[in-house]
Amino acid sequence: MSDDLLNLTYLFAAVLFILGLKGLTHPRTAVRGNILGAVAMLLATVATLSTAGLKYEFILVGLAIGTVVGLVFALKIQMTDMPQLVALFNGFGGGASVLVAGALLLTLKSAEATVEGLIATAASGLIGAVTFSGSLIAFAKLQELKFVRDLRFPGQQAINAGLSLACLLLGFWLVSAPETAVTAYWLIVVAALALGVFLVISIGGADMPVVIALLNSYSGLAAAATGFVIQNTVLIIAGSLVGASGIILTKIMCVAMNRSLVNVLFGTMGQTGGGMALSSDEVYSTVKSTSADEVAMLLDVASRVVIVPGYGMAVAQAQHAVSDLYDELIKRGITCEFGIHPVAGRMPGHMNVLLAEADIPYEALKEMDDINRELERVDVTIVLGANDVVNPLARTDPGSPIAGMPIIDVDKSRTVVIIKRSLSPGFAQIPNPLFAAENALMLFGDGRAATVDILKALQES
Amino acid sequence: MSLNLLLADVTDSNTLMLLLTVFVLAVFVGFEIITKIPPTLHTPLMSGSNAISGITLIGALGAAGTGNSTVAQVLGCVAVALATMNVVGGFLVTHRMLGMFRKKD
Repeated sequence: MSDDLLNLTYLFAAVLFILGLKGLTHPRTAVRGNILGAVAMLLATVATLSTAGLKYEFILVGLAIGTVVGLVFALKIQMTDMPQLVALFNGFGGGASVLVAGALLLTLKSAEATVEGLIATAASGLIGAVTFSGSLIAFAKLQELKFVRDLRFPGQQAINAGLSLACLLLGFWLVSAPETAVTAYWLIVVAALALGVFLVISIGGADMPVVIALLNSYSGLAAAATGFVIQNTVLIIAGSLVGASGIILTKIMCVAMNRSLVNVLFGTMGQTGGGMALSSDEVYSTVKSTSADEVAMLLDVASRVVIVPGYGMAVAQAQHAVSDLYDELIKRGITCEFGIHPVAGRMPGHMNVLLAEADIPYEALKEMDDINRELERVDVTIVLGANDVVNPLARTDPGSPIAGMPIIDVDKSRTVVIIKRSLSPGFAQIPNPLFAAENALMLFGDGRAATVDILKALQES
Repeated sequence: MSLNLLLADVTDSNTLMLLLTVFVLAVFVGFEIITKIPPTLHTPLMSGSNAISGITLIGALGAAGTGNSTVAQVLGCVAVALATMNVVGGFLVTHRMLGMFRKKD
């Protein structure tokens, strides 16, 4: 294939990537958008493979392994585990960028090196390695592997600063002394791997949506940096599109928590302190506990019901039970909708995917602002495995760690039923006065079991 | 195959400026097309865009197929494997997810 034809194919692929990504932003066009992206990737790959002078042994081995592993992951994954999978794939992309730049550097004769090329190589290694190790840590945390905990220790930010500085200095070394570029490159990679670990290790579960979105952005930027190294515009275009998309998602997640990105990455959730500083005993003195039968009676006479799911629904794998309850309510002519907070779950859109998996039509899934306008007219709200995102302290207590965070105002509906194992606090480590509110009833138990019990009681009534 | 920016004889400041221009414009295109994405599609957008970032595969193919040392080729081979997992797994799992969103109206 001639260079011109190859480059035209790359250009065509870049256009398809743009159209594909645009398609992914609307429910009606999303499937087509994804397919366009896949076609673009196939075109670019086939065009590259038809370049003269390639040796295929290593290529075919890599393609075969990657295809099999990718297929297995994609087909076996449970929808509740999507955050882990996305984290893992982000990491793979970053890792690939590190290795590509590293391999090209080995092929290089130092006299031929240009400053631009070396800077791009260093950037590729740096961003790629941070993405790789950060994503693996995020994966381990989401998978709740035992050896990774939320670690915070004194001097952590000094270590991060030191590692960042080390990466920059090594970068200078790499650029200024091309004859030792290979050594400098792998030292950058090692420092960046450590940096990725330290950046993500201290970030707690409920902040994961931000981290995943940010790593998503990084994986795109790593690909773009590799594009600079090999002077390939399709890598630059595709990579920067993904980088931009990840940044937008990161911003949406931060706004939904009323926190800055810096605060999420280096912040001190739970230590802002002050405020009313009520102990949980005081807050929870008026908690009323209820039973599945009582909830069923409430639902039986309700005309509008809203369900607010949180990460607890995913943990309890309760989405199918919720779907059965939804069907029963609809069958009885009761309006039932879902109120979904943007940061509910462990990744952007986590709840929507689980509910879609359980066959709940997406028209029933309402965004926070839309559902908040309706809640005053809702008879029963069921909070399932959510805590901080429905905590009214966000509105009332300016000293609270979640002050100013937009929440779903479930306390404004006539009755709130909170399904929860215990009165333990959520991620923000603060008591939730909602549980003790006059119109609130606690249904203690496992999310799925409790939902099934309510459904049974409702069908028997 | 387009050549390596690392090689002095095929690059000059114009090439770098051209690539930078493409980069900056593409970032703006990205911002423009992804504003106002409905929250329902956040997860598929992430996994789909993630698959697109597997475009590094193009670089990996070059590294695995042209490297002049075995070490470089092995690095390239591992890069091809990682990028392919990213691409194949990413597009497929996105398709699976979107199928769930689509099947009922």
